[in-house]
Amino acid sequence: MVIAGNRNLGLVMAKSNEPIFWSLFSAGGMVAALFLPILMVITGFLVPNELAPQYTLSYDQVNSAVSGSNIVKLVLFAVIALPFFHWAHRFKFTLVDIGLRKISLLLGVLCYGGAISATLITAIILWRI
Amino acid sequence: MSYIRKVPNTWWLQRKPYFLFIVRELTSVAVAGYCGFLLYLMYALSKGRPAYSAATDLLTHPASYTLHTIGLLLVLYHTITWFNVTPKVLVFHLGEEKVPAVVIAGAHYAGWLATSALVAWLLLGTGTSV
Amino acid sequence: MEVEIFRYRPEEESEPTFQSYEVPFNEEWVVLDAINYIKDEIDGTISHRWSCRMGVCGSCGMMVNRVPRLTCAAFLKEYYPRKIRVEPLDGFPVERDLVTEMDVFVSKLTDVSPWIIRNEGEEKPIEEGTYLQSPRELAEYKQYSMCINCMLCYAACPVFALDTNFLGPAAIALGQRYNMDSRDQGRNQRQEVIASHDGVWHCTFVGECSAVCPKDVDPAGAIQRAKLSSTTDYFKDLLMPWGKRK
Repeated sequence: MVIAGNRNLGLVMAKSNEPIFWSLFSAGGMVAALFLPILMVITGFLVPNELAPQYTLSYDQVNSAVSGSNIVKLVLFAVIALPFFHWAHRFKFTLVDIGLRKISLLLGVLCYGGAISATLITAIILWRI
Repeated sequence: MSYIRKVPNTWWLQRKPYFLFIVRELTSVAVAGYCGFLLYLMYALSKGRPAYSAATDLLTHPASYTLHTIGLLLVLYHTITWFNVTPKVLVFHLGEEKVPAVVIAGAHYAGWLATSALVAWLLLGTGTSV
Repeated sequence: MEVEIFRYRPEEESEPTFQSYEVPFNEEWVVLDAINYIKDEIDGTISHRWSCRMGVCGSCGMMVNRVPRLTCAAFLKEYYPRKIRVEPLDGFPVERDLVTEMDVFVSKLTDVSPWIIRNEGEEKPIEEGTYLQSPRELAEYKQYSMCINCMLCYAACPVFALDTNFLGPAAIALGQRYNMDSRDQGRNQRQEVIASHDGVWHCTFVGECSAVCPKDVDPAGAIQRAKLSSTTDYFKDLLMPWGKRK
């Protein structure tokens, strides 16, 4: 249970570092909005139902595209990693809004930590292909 | 002695706008979930042909359809609410006039169409390496 | 029709109650008319704030069926024949019945330095006349100047409900009103407050503040624009620390 009406008239006046997280959140949100729907249609419905050509998402197509081009790797990195930051920022604030403000620092560490981990893992995996 | 009213943690269930707000925020879980899948696909790719085949075989599993359907609905809700909100954040003036909201949002939708077409062409239309 | 009113009399009770009254239905009446009728004809002990009864003073804001409304603008016929439940605005301590303690709100307004700030040595002396402003320059901030301080936006904001340290919609919109005023040079100074943890960054863009605003101030829009400008400032400071802004 959260008590409302904290009558502290002072403000936390420190300059916040939120812009970094907000920028990542915005970038991730834009990337997810632009790329995810079409990808989900392809992986979720076209490929499994054989409504796509044989070569779509085949090992040969994907492997030659990814291993052959650093640009492709960079794009994939952005499409995979940035949305994790979008999730981290939004999910943390949602948990805070549901009443968990007291542990917001811990939530921040878990969420942003998760996003950073996912980013590193993505980078390593793509680097190895 | 003033009375301080407690806010229940179920505040978001009490009115439709608040409920839709939480749904919008939780679309981020679907976003992260799908990107997790893409990451897994890349991991399988790095392990070679058999591992990658096994991963794509998962797409034919009934659970995949269910997750993709729910996920796609949530991601579409994200996309639409995201683009519709851009005119509030991006306020420009061209000369005297403010650029209309419909133009700002419309430009994003157009970008979405172009991106989707490009991705579809790359994956569905090109049989060899990009 | 039935009007249920939140009652809290600190000298009599430690917990609030609801009291129901039967009020005549009238096509032209607003909720404020019903409350005044109750006070005049049925129960004189009700305490409530009101003044202009025409939507410009911002005094009569209350929760009507869980939605923050100006009671002078909420018609009985919008609800008839259902029951109307009237409560004090959410998010604020209740002094008595429908009267809230506004101190937190007022202090936030002062925190954003809501006056024209000029740089040292750049104030125009009286003899030189007024600061000139074109209609275009006025249009930049006019919308944000329309706020009547009715606090409906704070009552609608779940972030404020959970943490009253949040600077809040009206205060940030007011800050933007001055930030975007061509005569003002105080944006940097206000950033201390607006770009702080308790400033814009608490906001999760629920958007209900703008939805309930009776004056179309659009505080949510003001906040998102402030987030964007705070972010560009942040990166400018980081990458080009030698630059000097207004």
